[in-house]
Amino acid sequence: MAKSGGPAGPSAIMVERTFRSRIADYVTQTWAVAAAEVQKLYHDPLELFTRAVQPVLWLMLFGEVMARVRGVAPGNLPYLDYLAAGILAQSALFVAIFYGISAIWEHDLGVLQRYLASPAPRSALVLGKAISAGVRALSQALIVYILALLLGVAINLNPLNIAGVAAAIVLGSGLFSTLSLIIACVVKTRERFMGIGQVLTMPIFFASNAIYPLSLMPPWLNVVSHVNPLTYEVDALRALMLTRGVSDYGLMLDFGVMAAATAVLVAVAAKMYGRMGY
Amino acid sequence: MSEQNSNASPAEPAVRISELTRRFGDLTAVDRVSLSIATGEIFGLIGPNGAGKSTLIRMLTTLLSPTSGTATIAGHDIVNEPAEVRRHIGYVPQLLSADGSLTGYENMLLSARLYGVPRAERKQRIERALARMGLAEAAHHLAGHYSGGMIRRLEIAQSLLHRPEVLILDEPTVGLDPAARDTVWERVLELRSRFHRTMIVTSHLMNEVDQFCDRIALIDRGRIVAVGTPAELKARVGPGATLDDVFIRLVAAREEEQEGGYGEVRRARRAIRDHG
Repeated sequence: MAKSGGPAGPSAIMVERTFRSRIADYVTQTWAVAAAEVQKLYHDPLELFTRAVQPVLWLMLFGEVMARVRGVAPGNLPYLDYLAAGILAQSALFVAIFYGISAIWEHDLGVLQRYLASPAPRSALVLGKAISAGVRALSQALIVYILALLLGVAINLNPLNIAGVAAAIVLGSGLFSTLSLIIACVVKTRERFMGIGQVLTMPIFFASNAIYPLSLMPPWLNVVSHVNPLTYEVDALRALMLTRGVSDYGLMLDFGVMAAATAVLVAVAAKMYGRMGY
Repeated sequence: MSEQNSNASPAEPAVRISELTRRFGDLTAVDRVSLSIATGEIFGLIGPNGAGKSTLIRMLTTLLSPTSGTATIAGHDIVNEPAEVRRHIGYVPQLLSADGSLTGYENMLLSARLYGVPRAERKQRIERALARMGLAEAAHHLAGHYSGGMIRRLEIAQSLLHRPEVLILDEPTVGLDPAARDTVWERVLELRSRFHRTMIVTSHLMNEVDQFCDRIALIDRGRIVAVGTPAELKARVGPGATLDDVFIRLVAAREEEQEGGYGEVRRARRAIRDHG
């Protein structure tokens, strides 16, 4: 890449071209990180099945019992349908919130140093990690879908709706996995991370509309749940996944909140991730 | 970017370090280090544990920013142009940097993408590099199943895909058996003779440094204690001296003065782990 740009100085076309090639590089670098994750899943898919146990238990034990309680789900929506969207979000959340531990692993080995010594912008690396978490979560979603269909949940199989669900899951997982990466950058050891991860998942999950509507909550918890991004992810999933699902906040707001939160977290994480090589 | 060494003129050293300093609280890990390394040189960094070698290398690879001073690598400044520096160097960390849950080929592909190797050339370059490192047959096996020597060769191949002007190897032969060690050095020498790459290598093994490096810097307590060809350094100590003698003569004095016991060792080891 010539710094001089020829005797006449850089022409508009050249500037345009380097800008384009920079974007292309950025996309490739982001994809490099995500593709590596997909390859790892391909080599060792067992993990996907072991992780599927938890959503199965929630739907089959908790869901079947709670379905007998009347008036939890709003309108005429069966509780199991209501819960299915929440559990879909939950299974993605649980994968994402512990995702940062892989960054600690990579730091303790030397893989992180390899990433950081490359010319890839830190934000591309962080974004690549976020997409990887999304890919992992999509495989979880497939299992929840199959299970929900078996349990007789009225699922909307319109390809557009499925695409919308996939988008919400990737975005939501990116959001929480990036939060997880930030925590990993702060605590730096696996032991401390596990502790904090456990402490975080509970409030994020219960202070949301994943398993009951916000209208049942005491006012203070209602407020907390309204600033919880998981609430918006669940709201979007409920509207897109179920034939009888409706969104309380509107899909625009749901996706807007998730996208904005993800953007802020990626920017913060990019700063911190670069310093993890110390 | 395909033409190599676009910025540096032949007379310009590949690496020029000036007054580079890094402090961690009270500890000065690297203390006003200045060095000049010529293109095509194999330059060895030796010194006791915690001397500051890894901190120095972390600054040269832009993973750590200096407290003061700077360095220029292939014409780019590590403080002002870290991204350009990263583009022009290859780095083989001391720790395990190949991903064991990916195959050799996938590890190479990851590096090729991160370093912007053009898509059309990726496959060919990867296959050629793997073959050169004797890994063609194992290309599609998981790196987790490789031997120590194979992993090192894979890591070196990964750091060379983008044809860096300067290759930085942090303890490349640590933990390898003698045969694997020789193979790694063979490849390093071949890189120099065929492609005229500049290399910075840290090591604890005086005999391999003596045998393979053009010049050496001995670092102790963050400072450069001596620089020169192995022959020059040995001549300083006396006739018939080995590099071990040089090391012991120049470094041993302080080992005795600060005999520490467990607490000291623990502190030192932690310091090495945290910031080498």
